[in-house]
Amino acid sequence: MAKIKKIVKTIKVDADKCNGCRGCEIVCSAFHSTPRYSGINPARSRIQIIRHPLKDIWLPVFAGEYTPAECMGRETYIIDGKEYDECTFCRATCPSRDIFKEPDSGLPLKCDMCEDDPPREKPMCVEWCLNEVLTYEEREEEVEESQEAQDVEIGLKAMMDKYGPDKIADALARMAQKGQQ
Amino acid sequence: MRYGEVGYNLEIDLATGNIERVETDPKILETHLGGLGTSVKLHWDRVPANVGPFDDENMLIFSSGVLNATPAFSANRTVVTFMSPESGLLAYPMMGGFWSAELKYAGYDKVILNNKSPKWVYIWINNDKVELRDASHLVGKGALETQDAIRRELNQPNAQVAAIGPAGEHRCFTASIEQGRSSASRLGGGAVMGDKKVKAVAVRGSKDINLFDGEAFMKEMKEMMAYINFRNTNPIPDVMTILSGIGSPQEMVHTDESWHTENFMWGNARTRRRGFWDEKVAVEWPRGQLEGIKRLISCMNCPQHCGALISYRDTPRYMAKCFGKLTYAMAAYVDNMDFAWRALQRATEYGFDSFSTPQILAFAVELYEAGILTDKDFAAGPNYPACPSDNEGRFLWLMDRVAHREGIGDVLADGVYQAARRIGNGAEAFDHNTIKKHEQLPLKLGTLDPLYYLMYATNEKISITQIEGNWPQGAFPTMEQREKFVEDWPQLPDPSWKQWLLEWEPRGEKGIPFFPTADICSVIVDWMEMLHNIDDACCVCAGMSSFCLKPPYHIHNYPKIIRAATGLDVDEAGLKKIVNRSRNLHRALNNRRGMSRKDEKPPADHWKRRWPELEENLLSTYYKFKGWNDDGIPTRERLHELDLDYVADDLEQRGILKNG
Ligand code: SF4
Ligand code: SF4
Ligand code: SF4
Repeated sequence: MAKIKKIVKTIKVDADKCNGCRGCEIVCSAFHSTPRYSGINPARSRIQIIRHPLKDIWLPVFAGEYTPAECMGRETYIIDGKEYDECTFCRATCPSRDIFKEPDSGLPLKCDMCEDDPPREKPMCVEWCLNEVLTYEEREEEVEESQEAQDVEIGLKAMMDKYGPDKIADALARMAQKGQQ
Repeated sequence: MRYGEVGYNLEIDLATGNIERVETDPKILETHLGGLGTSVKLHWDRVPANVGPFDDENMLIFSSGVLNATPAFSANRTVVTFMSPESGLLAYPMMGGFWSAELKYAGYDKVILNNKSPKWVYIWINNDKVELRDASHLVGKGALETQDAIRRELNQPNAQVAAIGPAGEHRCFTASIEQGRSSASRLGGGAVMGDKKVKAVAVRGSKDINLFDGEAFMKEMKEMMAYINFRNTNPIPDVMTILSGIGSPQEMVHTDESWHTENFMWGNARTRRRGFWDEKVAVEWPRGQLEGIKRLISCMNCPQHCGALISYRDTPRYMAKCFGKLTYAMAAYVDNMDFAWRALQRATEYGFDSFSTPQILAFAVELYEAGILTDKDFAAGPNYPACPSDNEGRFLWLMDRVAHREGIGDVLADGVYQAARRIGNGAEAFDHNTIKKHEQLPLKLGTLDPLYYLMYATNEKISITQIEGNWPQGAFPTMEQREKFVEDWPQLPDPSWKQWLLEWEPRGEKGIPFFPTADICSVIVDWMEMLHNIDDACCVCAGMSSFCLKPPYHIHNYPKIIRAATGLDVDEAGLKKIVNRSRNLHRALNNRRGMSRKDEKPPADHWKRRWPELEENLLSTYYKFKGWNDDGIPTRERLHELDLDYVADDLEQRGILKNG
């Protein structure tokens, strides 16, 4: 298979520095609203701060892939004496919990690293976190060519899981017809 | 569509359980903005002047402001308004934290509580679903315990909960409303909430807040971000550490407390302990402080670190902020941080204002030492032991009694002013640190300061930290320092004011109490107060604005920020007029409840050297500047300018406003 160059975008999270301000949630949702910055809603943010103040847990977690079914098993972690709830470190949009989903439609959200044209110097959450919790890094890697699941596809897959392929096909056909009129 | 604000209030009749989502008049934004401004209007319109703090009609409002839940830095205040059991006037303590943003995401600007619930309830607001839920199992629980218990039983780890502890349940006049690391503490909101039998208000929301011009808004915030970064790395030189930065006092960060411990009074605002911060203390106290602090934390969308998670030895964990870390130890004359952290934990769970309460307890100790309270008052009761004789034990024993209104605690729970009158027998003389029946910072100073005189005397907040801020607390000794300070001061409304700072000397003719002159003082105090009023309408933290030197928010950027958020086409003059309207309506509301010039008096011993004539002149000059008559009542002319003719009519009909 052909090798291609790929930019790997990384956000380093120094969770110990997080003061729990949720600024990252606010700006992520603002950036992804349409028109841009027209609306704020942390429930739509692709970064969520998992908070258990008295347990000293403030943990930024980024939305990853959509999964139609929850895991077969669960883990809990104890790190530095702090016990984290099940699923804390998981990035998935999963039926077992309500984070990383659009509040009205339930459609999955995924961190897209704030892709933009022209590209941003840093993702929004990194830029707006003034506590140096989030640091952005890019590096080049050679990888095998593979089709990356695009946002549309992820969304479609979630809809199919919810409504079944027939309904989606019907809806697409109807929309196409409307488009022709 | 509404921008910035939500446009809906949640109205709850606790007596009947009726819950309504009520759309607000879009025009109110133009006339009263939001937050405190629109809340004052509701109290004026709906609460008759003779309603007492524990009457059914004493409305309790939790309000957000026009900037909460937006990307505006540090816009996270919840302003709580009610007629105070302590002062009898309209109080408006504020809490930071995360509650008001969550309320807006749930789809409401305010929660308005009317009447009283027949049984203990808590309110659960989750977007359109609003419930009054049984709280009988939470009665007696601490304020922080309650918040966690509610999150657990709702299975809503991210719900924000404002709760009262036992002090609120027992209607202590200094009971606070606690929320995570924050609290609305002053003037007894917790008591009013307890009287309504509301143990907590929990909220979680997932709706959108709209910005009128998001691009312009983010541009303003980006500039502000650069300035915040600049200020966080460039503290202001030549002022006390605590004043050099931005944010509320960074009491959890700073460990050098030589200034507070040596300049604030110990006991019942009684003793100044010069030389307290000696070599030994300078090592032990910072060590004790750092031992207790597990992590520094902030409020919603704020980069500062005013709060902390406290994990001190075997004491249950809690969160703290501000000066509460010292108030109990200093009031009890206990020389260690160990007691400070333990006492504050207990006080936080009880839900106490940590400024007023320690003074009440210290006041009781003084009365005992003076023989006015006796061993009988400190004896065992049906379900509690006799008072221990050591300072620490006695203080905690008193706190327990006050929180439950047991024995002498029942009297003390009414606050120093009212307790002194109930006890009588000379106790009144020990009430030496209240204004309008409300305990003040434990400060006693030398020479009358004309600026502070006006702030102490006249503001409806009755709490100095919520009036002062943008003007330096004292003159800089050298001209070089003054020049350096004014060099870069774009926050001033008018650059010509810099001259006043340049001329201001630490003493002599151009020093206090003669300078700044009454006219200049009026301008400066009015400006500082106005900034607080803008913050309170937007629910921006005063620590990033009106309460700090050279803040990120100021009169020149506020109109642009408000316009971009709400669409309200407002300039500096327009904004000033709106908050002046609210300010005067608040004043009139308190006038209607009996407040006037006779009440506007700092404590007699607040300064050692007083100038009675000069003080009277200061007050008269300031009243005139404000458009108030000699009695401190807004004139008809002033009210007319502010479109408040209906207020003038009301005050005239009641005979409060005479001679126009
Ligand atoms: S990188 Fe962008 S999309 Fe991802 S969480 Fe941060 S702000 Fe949101
Ligand atoms: S902006 Fe930074 S400090 Fe604030 S919650 Fe997000 S990661 Fe934590
Ligand atoms: S400055 Fe401090 S008190 Fe103010 S919002 Fe920020 S963290 Fe909260």
